[in-house]
Amino acid sequence: MTPTYYLLLSALLFSIGAVGVLVRRNAIVVFMCIELMLNAVNLTLVTFARINGGLDGQVMAFFVMVVAASEVVVGLAIIMSIFRTRRSSSVDDANLLKY
Amino acid sequence: MNAYLAAAEPAAQFAPAGGVGSLAWLLFALPAFGAAVLFLAGRRADAWGHFLGCATVLGSFAIGVALFVQALGAGDSVGTELKLFSWIPVGALNVDFGLRLDPLSLTFVLLITGVGSLIHIYSIGYMSHDPGRRRFFAQLNLFVTAMLLLVLGNNFVMLYLGWEGVGLASYLLIGFYQDRPSAATAAKKAFLMNRVGDVGLALAIFLLWTNLGTVQYSEVFSHVGALSHGTLLAVCVLLLLGACGKSGQFPLQAWLPDAMEGPTPVSALIHAATMVTAGVYLVARCNPIYNVSADGRLIVTLVGVVTLLIGAIIGCAYDDIKKVLAYSTVSQIGYMMLGVGLGPAGYALGLMHLLTHGFFKAGLFLGAGSVMHGMNDDVDMRHYGGLAKHMPVTFVTFALGYLALIGFPFLSGYYSKDAIIEAAAAQQGWRGLVMGGAAMLAAGLTAFYMTRLVLMTFFGEKRWEKLTAPDGHEYHPHESPAVMTIPMIVLAFGSVGAGFFFQGNERLAHWLSPTIGELQESTAVPVISHSQAAIGTLVLSALGVVLAYLIVGRRPTPVERPEPVSLPVRAARRDLYANAINETLIARPGTWLSRALVYVDNKGVDGVVNGTAALLGGSSGRMRRLQTGFVRSYAMSMLGGTVLLVAALLAVRFGTQ
Repeated sequence: MTPTYYLLLSALLFSIGAVGVLVRRNAIVVFMCIELMLNAVNLTLVTFARINGGLDGQVMAFFVMVVAASEVVVGLAIIMSIFRTRRSSSVDDANLLKY
Repeated sequence: MNAYLAAAEPAAQFAPAGGVGSLAWLLFALPAFGAAVLFLAGRRADAWGHFLGCATVLGSFAIGVALFVQALGAGDSVGTELKLFSWIPVGALNVDFGLRLDPLSLTFVLLITGVGSLIHIYSIGYMSHDPGRRRFFAQLNLFVTAMLLLVLGNNFVMLYLGWEGVGLASYLLIGFYQDRPSAATAAKKAFLMNRVGDVGLALAIFLLWTNLGTVQYSEVFSHVGALSHGTLLAVCVLLLLGACGKSGQFPLQAWLPDAMEGPTPVSALIHAATMVTAGVYLVARCNPIYNVSADGRLIVTLVGVVTLLIGAIIGCAYDDIKKVLAYSTVSQIGYMMLGVGLGPAGYALGLMHLLTHGFFKAGLFLGAGSVMHGMNDDVDMRHYGGLAKHMPVTFVTFALGYLALIGFPFLSGYYSKDAIIEAAAAQQGWRGLVMGGAAMLAAGLTAFYMTRLVLMTFFGEKRWEKLTAPDGHEYHPHESPAVMTIPMIVLAFGSVGAGFFFQGNERLAHWLSPTIGELQESTAVPVISHSQAAIGTLVLSALGVVLAYLIVGRRPTPVERPEPVSLPVRAARRDLYANAINETLIARPGTWLSRALVYVDNKGVDGVVNGTAALLGGSSGRMRRLQTGFVRSYAMSMLGGTVLLVAALLAVRFGTQ
């Protein structure tokens, strides 16, 4: 089992996530796609750690998880409050901050 | 040229001043104190301000006399210098606040403080009804201070300080009647035309400084030989430009007649006796420079000749008594310029005419002021007539000044003016003919316009009886109070006796010789001999008097100005188009140039600045539209940017292999 497959898998996951962020309007789905991208990165980090035989990549993955967890807390709270005021979870509806 | 250089005094000869000399700073400190008190004390000084103003000038006069007596006792010395303090020590430039007490400066000190005192006393009476009398005396004291600094300084920067100071005082006093637009305009005109001359003087000082590295008289004059021919001529011409501005000489003469808007004592003191002769002082003071430049002297004489003719011609046409006297001043200063322009043959003559003119022209102006005082401040001679009986003292003193001015034998003007005419006529070749001829012709014209003035004012029909004054009252001509007539009487004595006194034993020339060199007679055989010139002048003057009597004295004078008149009279009434020429040649092109520059500034300079701002503003406004507020488009641009970065990195990574 070569590490290349893990890297290809993570590239695939990352692309799916990126496309999801770009094309989906529902804020929850966009959020899940971001999580997908983060986990794809985590997979890459762990793979490279495995290839190099070090622990750096694995430690880095832990950091990413912590950041992702905090982001979920803040991000979901924002989505909640937007939904409460506007009765919509579409990211295209929340476009007040513009020119 | 070298003969003059040898005669130039070395700096070491000036001993430091001692005795009364160490008090010389009081000369200008006293009037300066008076001016400061009068300006600062405000209305509290209204009651006694004029006495303080007179007292300071009289005090200066007393010190001046003491200095003069001390200098007489010292004999033939070149004078003393008194360094008060180091004024401008900047690098190589080191200007002292120093005074030079030599025959030339002491002569001017006596003239300024002596005639100045008389005119101050006269002003007590003349300005008695004027609410601004204290301000008037403050400004008059300021003028005396500046004028004394001008003549006492021992370097060119001090001269310049005084030069600008008298310009300021002159400006303030011409515009003394602030509520009259004409006075404000005249003051501005005088100030601006003086600036033209001042630029010349400043440039001359700069030239001397860059070439010789000093502005001290003694050092400049002893190193004149080091200047190249061109530099020397440039210095001469620039100094002359300064002199022309201050002294109302051609081509800057147009401001002096307008300066008559000021009160009459101002006209007498500043615009007849002292300030306007500063140009003559400048040329005489710089005699070591002019001695080595024959071309420079020639230009001075030509300016003098042109001016004395212009002044005499225009003087014949005016009806305003003060303007006639003003043009007479222009013309007489032309004589002085002609005198000092003749070089060693004429410095003493020009200065003698300056002194005698200081007496009789001041007396004439004070007389004119006395007439105006009795005639409700009317200046139009066509409204006068037959005033001799009503103002006997004014008439007699005025008549003596008049006789002195036209060169009546054995009065002041006869000695001083005729001496200049004779010296001018004694020049070689065409110069003698042109200068002597013009000066004699102008002497005849002088006799004509002054006789016309006296006849229209003091003789003939009493035209004022049928008229009302400009202020709506009847005319009640009356003699002026003693405080006004006594100065006029003193000046009349000067008009009669000064010339005889100065000329006897060549007293004045001998006294001044340490500063300006001995009076030299021309050795060549002149085209016009002295006796021919003297007789010619007398005959022409007599002709002028007779002509004036025939034209003005025997016929009734119309109250209104006759119109139309012949071409020469029309030209003379319009100042020989001096104002028109100034306007066409200088004022209008100046306006055009300013307008063109404003256009360039508005469209060019401002256009670049404003255009850049507009470009940035407009493009920013368009770029702003990129901020749509859609989160997904931001994510798209982030992704695009990242892809580009990665592509660039990959290109670098694999492209270099």
